[in-house]
Amino acid sequence: MQPKSPPNPIRRQLLTSITSLLGFVGVVFAAIPFLSAFKPSARAEAAGAPVKVNISKLSPGELMTVEWRGMPVFVYKVSSEAQNALSEDKSKLADPNSNQQQQPEYAQNDTRSRKKGIAVVKGVCTHLGCAPKFYPEATSQDFDPNWQGGFFCPCHGSKFDLAGRVYANVPAPTNLEVPPHYFETDSTLVIGSDGAS
Amino acid sequence: MTTDTRTKRFLSWIDFRFPLTEVFERHLSKYPAPTNLNIWYLFGFLLIVVLAMQIVTGLWLMMNYTNSAEEAFSSVEYIMRDVEYGWLIRYMHAAGASAFFALIYLHMFRGMMYGSYQKPRELIWLGGWFTYLILMAEGFTGYVLPWGQMSFWAAQVIISLFSSIPVVGEDLATWIRGDYLVSGITLSRLFAFHVVLLPILLIAIVFFHILALHEIGSNNPDGIDVKKHLDEDGVPLDTKPFFPYDISHDIFALGVFLIIFCSVVFFFPTGGGYIIEYVNYEPANPLSTPAHIVPSWYYTPFYAMLRAVDFPLFGLTAKFLGFATMMAAVAIFAVLPWLDRSPVKSIKYKGILSKTFLGIFVVSFFALCYLGMVPPTETKTLLSKIFTLGYFSYFLLMPIYTRIEKCKPVPERVAEA
Repeated sequence: MQPKSPPNPIRRQLLTSITSLLGFVGVVFAAIPFLSAFKPSARAEAAGAPVKVNISKLSPGELMTVEWRGMPVFVYKVSSEAQNALSEDKSKLADPNSNQQQQPEYAQNDTRSRKKGIAVVKGVCTHLGCAPKFYPEATSQDFDPNWQGGFFCPCHGSKFDLAGRVYANVPAPTNLEVPPHYFETDSTLVIGSDGAS
Repeated sequence: MTTDTRTKRFLSWIDFRFPLTEVFERHLSKYPAPTNLNIWYLFGFLLIVVLAMQIVTGLWLMMNYTNSAEEAFSSVEYIMRDVEYGWLIRYMHAAGASAFFALIYLHMFRGMMYGSYQKPRELIWLGGWFTYLILMAEGFTGYVLPWGQMSFWAAQVIISLFSSIPVVGEDLATWIRGDYLVSGITLSRLFAFHVVLLPILLIAIVFFHILALHEIGSNNPDGIDVKKHLDEDGVPLDTKPFFPYDISHDIFALGVFLIIFCSVVFFFPTGGGYIIEYVNYEPANPLSTPAHIVPSWYYTPFYAMLRAVDFPLFGLTAKFLGFATMMAAVAIFAVLPWLDRSPVKSIKYKGILSKTFLGIFVVSFFALCYLGMVPPTETKTLLSKIFTLGYFSYFLLMPIYTRIEKCKPVPERVAEA
């Protein structure tokens, strides 16, 4: 004969709760490998590893495009006159002091560089991801008669100065991003790592 | 033994083991379809046909498609040029996607017009809404597979939207991509979703949708509860059996639909760039963006909303608010049954306010559809803002206007309507 109700309902309730709880914990643990498999694989991580660039032959006004994580990264020299101009004329810029976190802390200065004179910015427009064009000379351009040198995005007309700072009233909301980088030696730039120091 | 009795004996052999006759009667020959169903009631049937067509053409495409970043684009060209009738199968699949959305929008509008979401059909509506969500995911994942310029940049822009979510955004976007930018890894996972996960979910939800419908029964253009008046056998008086009476309308409609569909497939397979965008005939290039990124027409109302929100608010960025607005515009359909406080179902008997707001919704939807396709200007962004408000006002003001307006009395029987 089966008893009509459990002889000890509280004990049965407790056992049911504990079993369900453990089952739930098991499901959570079982989900970990499936969710983790979505993360970048070791190969993708390796492809995203820092890249080393020799900058000894870089001349002023020349733009070097380095591919890092599949994205173009622009490396170029800024002359000292142009550096001075960057510190002085800020009236046209949306975020002249780089208050938005678009750069590592060491690049939050007027030239947005870790080492004065060498600029490193991602060549990805902060609007919709196009690659902006480099117009280094301060000469009149079709898109801006008072052009001071910098980047112009052909897609939607966003403008950036030589430090990658965005102009006000253009579609791009923020300055160009400065990727983590450091100088291993005077002529070797490493993009993708802040360096050990 | 005559053939007739032999068939009967075979059927009873089956019925003893599987409820074949019961299923046939319940879902077809004895399913009561209201007698006043009109043209708006054809789209559900057509959607089932399109679903079947997408499954068959998709299966055939998959036999020749390669889901790697290196070969995806050329495998699609291979299908188009070298596979016998590969072009036809691909064009059917591409045009089928647009047809699927056109039909589901008409089907949803029918439900909104005649109050088919109201009690007791909330679960049918929710099932349909979920089908629509999965269909949107199917559309997006499928769009990425040819790995052209639009495929790549659509994936880039859509997945980047998740990065606008505060705190976890960047990591979430990386997790979805499986890489630091859209790559072959992303392509393979979207492919797996497109051909396995989403179709299984889609079929399951459609099954649920129809099962729930056949439990409650179809609504009708007058919103009359036909179950109130039954004949002596318990069959609603204002209905006729779905098979063969109602399905014969559906089959005729299918003929008309196929004439239109085949005209598109044979004569306008790219639909003037609306079915297959021309930029997508260039292979994906991660280092160069096309000048104008435009989503497929069936997403443009939501894309227009994304662009309309260009101002930060409450410390949230414009990018995130735009994303949230777009998501809300799709999600809000789910709560429609609980927003409508009207005592009547059909728009025919609702008051002037309901009619006006439904009109505002339709105008806003089409306007946003257009605004999402064209490059933004200051005026167009302002218009997008106005129509976004119009779109949401239909939903958010519904609890108010459905309660205060004066409705017409709903007749008891279809013949009195």
